[in-house]
Amino acid sequence: MADAQTENKGKDYILEMTGISKQFPGVKALDNVKFNVRRGSVHALMGENGAGKSTLMKCLFGIYHKDEGKIIIDGKEVDFVSSRQALDSGVSMVHQELNQVRTTRIMDNIWLGRFPINGLFINEKRMYEDTLEIFKNLDINLDPYAKIKDLAVSQNQMVEIAKAVSYNSKIIVMDEPTSSLTEKEVSHLFKIIRSLRDNGVGIIYISHKIEEIKKIADDITIMRDGQWIATETVADITTDQIINLMVGRDLTNRFPPKTNEPGEVILRVKNLTSVVQPSVKDVSFELKKGEVLGVAGLVGARRTELVETIFGIRQMATGEIYLHDKKLDNKNAETAIRNGFALITEERRSTGLFSTLDVRFNSFIANIGKYVKKNKMLDEHKIKEDGDWVIKSMSVKTPSPTTLISSLSGGNQQKVIVGRWLLTEPEILLMDEPTRGIDVGAKFEIYQLMIELANRGKAVIMVSSEMPELLGITDRILVMSNGRIAGILNTKETSQEEILRLSAKHL
Amino acid sequence: MEKKFNRENILDWVVNNAIIVVLIGLLIVIIAVSPDFVSVRNLVNILSQASTRVIFALGVGGIIVAKGTDLSLGRQVGLAAVISASLLQSSDYAYRMYPDLQVLPVIVPILLVMVITCCFSLANGLAVSKFKVDPFIATLGMQIIVYGTTSIYFDRPPYGAQPVGGLDKRFTNLAQGAINIAGDFKIPYLVIYATITIIVVWILWNKTRFGKNIFAIGGNQEAAIVSGVNVFKYTMLVFGLAGLLYGFGGSLEAARIGSATNNTGNMYELDAISACILGGLSFDGGIGTIRGIVVGVLIFQVIAYGLSFIGVNPYLQFIIKGLIIVIAVAIDSRKYTRKK
Repeated sequence: MADAQTENKGKDYILEMTGISKQFPGVKALDNVKFNVRRGSVHALMGENGAGKSTLMKCLFGIYHKDEGKIIIDGKEVDFVSSRQALDSGVSMVHQELNQVRTTRIMDNIWLGRFPINGLFINEKRMYEDTLEIFKNLDINLDPYAKIKDLAVSQNQMVEIAKAVSYNSKIIVMDEPTSSLTEKEVSHLFKIIRSLRDNGVGIIYISHKIEEIKKIADDITIMRDGQWIATETVADITTDQIINLMVGRDLTNRFPPKTNEPGEVILRVKNLTSVVQPSVKDVSFELKKGEVLGVAGLVGARRTELVETIFGIRQMATGEIYLHDKKLDNKNAETAIRNGFALITEERRSTGLFSTLDVRFNSFIANIGKYVKKNKMLDEHKIKEDGDWVIKSMSVKTPSPTTLISSLSGGNQQKVIVGRWLLTEPEILLMDEPTRGIDVGAKFEIYQLMIELANRGKAVIMVSSEMPELLGITDRILVMSNGRIAGILNTKETSQEEILRLSAKHL
Repeated sequence: MEKKFNRENILDWVVNNAIIVVLIGLLIVIIAVSPDFVSVRNLVNILSQASTRVIFALGVGGIIVAKGTDLSLGRQVGLAAVISASLLQSSDYAYRMYPDLQVLPVIVPILLVMVITCCFSLANGLAVSKFKVDPFIATLGMQIIVYGTTSIYFDRPPYGAQPVGGLDKRFTNLAQGAINIAGDFKIPYLVIYATITIIVVWILWNKTRFGKNIFAIGGNQEAAIVSGVNVFKYTMLVFGLAGLLYGFGGSLEAARIGSATNNTGNMYELDAISACILGGLSFDGGIGTIRGIVVGVLIFQVIAYGLSFIGVNPYLQFIIKGLIIVIAVAIDSRKYTRKK
């Protein structure tokens, strides 16, 4: 403790982590990491997926127990073995995976683990009033009695943030807090963060979004492969430098060259409206061969609903879909796949991965009908071949095809899922937030794949909330607003401002 | 928007109240076949039969809310019934298990068996929360263990495997007695115990930290952990409470029947779990109300009693009960799937 203090003399640190190491079976997840946060500062923690950011935070929060190293909070060494102790010592966390009890009310979630008690009984009135008070301070407009499951994702995220703030913590960890917030909500969050910082709270801000970090953070620490790489003042570092430090190599361009040439129209969608509203209303557009079409919009613009309706997993009330001038009836996913569609869903964990199974299984499963031999048995040989093809052509980093998919990084999991759908030889690839939560290097590879597919004459529809990728990789951008089309723009001739303006058109 | 009374709305109502619809439908059939079914006497009988069952269902209901299950319920009821009966045989009965036993205050054996079943149930909780055994497996094992235990206790000299009968009047009256109001209309003591139990458990579920925490653990265990909830403690508590209720209900069951064997309570867990599911509890955890459990138990009892009353073949009754569970839950889950 004395060493750490002399080393950091002159700086007022609220958190000092030194020499942190953590070993998991077969992997050194953290290797002698140091991480110091100044009192009253926003400290960004960056690194590719698998760099060890989340592991480091879990060690701080008592979810994991570090093997070596020291954690000093406000001058006192701590060694948490449960989240309870961390919370009691003034550390709270906004978790990346929204850790909420969806079946209960907002206020039940906020006070979970520390319900106000009146003798033996829960003091509901105080719970309600305290929740309102917090919401008022943070300018959040939600009913404490509302059920979590009835909220939009972004509202859930605000509830989580309010909860973290309500602990009156000295240190707040925010792990990807803006992943589903709109621009307006992000600036609201930033206002909250700034006022917390001004009150002396140390905020650890984990994000993949460099633009955000440049706006909100004071300091930045970059990790790679479980090791500390650099700690800098944000004002003194450029975006390119950050990326270079993260990937450990020069990455001069975030997007691959756009070599694809859109050809004739292959898909026409006319007056599409889905049955259960609020949802897609009267959407019409055309998609060309070899084209990448972006779908932009705010949270609640019903972009996911659009691709799901096209794919047949949402019922269509009215509307027509033509592929090569042939009218289609995608009444469920099975017919959609047969008709040459593939959908890569937004929620990788819940609707994409078979996480208890291996890479090979995850590769061939959508295409299983093709492997049934005459005698009704599966063609094991072909399955192996195709599994190997996915790993090779998507350059999936995995020790073997029989490795569990859950042990791969997010980016590699996503590559397996893209590969899975390519095995079905789709003509139209629907991708819903294909790069959410994956690191810069893996993003680049996914973009490359998209361009390559377009070059091979396929058409790609990509739903995305990230402006840079919409502008960097698409040919045209369809902007949705409140379930309707607000406009279809040529990517080369448009701007972020125009897209944002259209996003608000039907609100 | 104007609320219209059309086909869509009626269908929605049916879907949202599937279980009540099932109950009403069956009642109509039963009453149509035998109009005498509507009588105060039958009502009193149904309520008193439902009384012990609701106590069991409240026990396992908490475990289901916390995303568990308990297959050892019935055997624990049997253990409680046999032990409490053996300690409360009347002093002039010829085949007493303990011929020299003094006359005990009735409350003593009841409290004793509650402690015993609480211990067995806590062992379930330990297996589930400490050793991470799936609740289905842990309680399946416990079911067999408890049966073995009951049988060893039950089948031994001097009289061997004889039903434990000749129960003390004080004990049987506890369950068979009633407050007479007028004619057939009386309030069985059992109904009073059940009502008190329902109120106590309702308070525990809705007004205390215990209740909020079991809903949180069942709804999202991960979230509960990171919010600082002691998952081990509350899992133990919910199992412990269940054990107490099994012990209490089990002794009442012995008093109600007037005897007990090592087969008393056999398969009660299926009725209790079915009633919970009919009452809207979800095996996914985090969902359920006391009202639902009570309604679920009543539906079950009305059906069982009614079908017997109109003379339906007992084997056919099994088939009907099974179908009701599956159909009711199938309609019920449409609530969630229709959202898409």
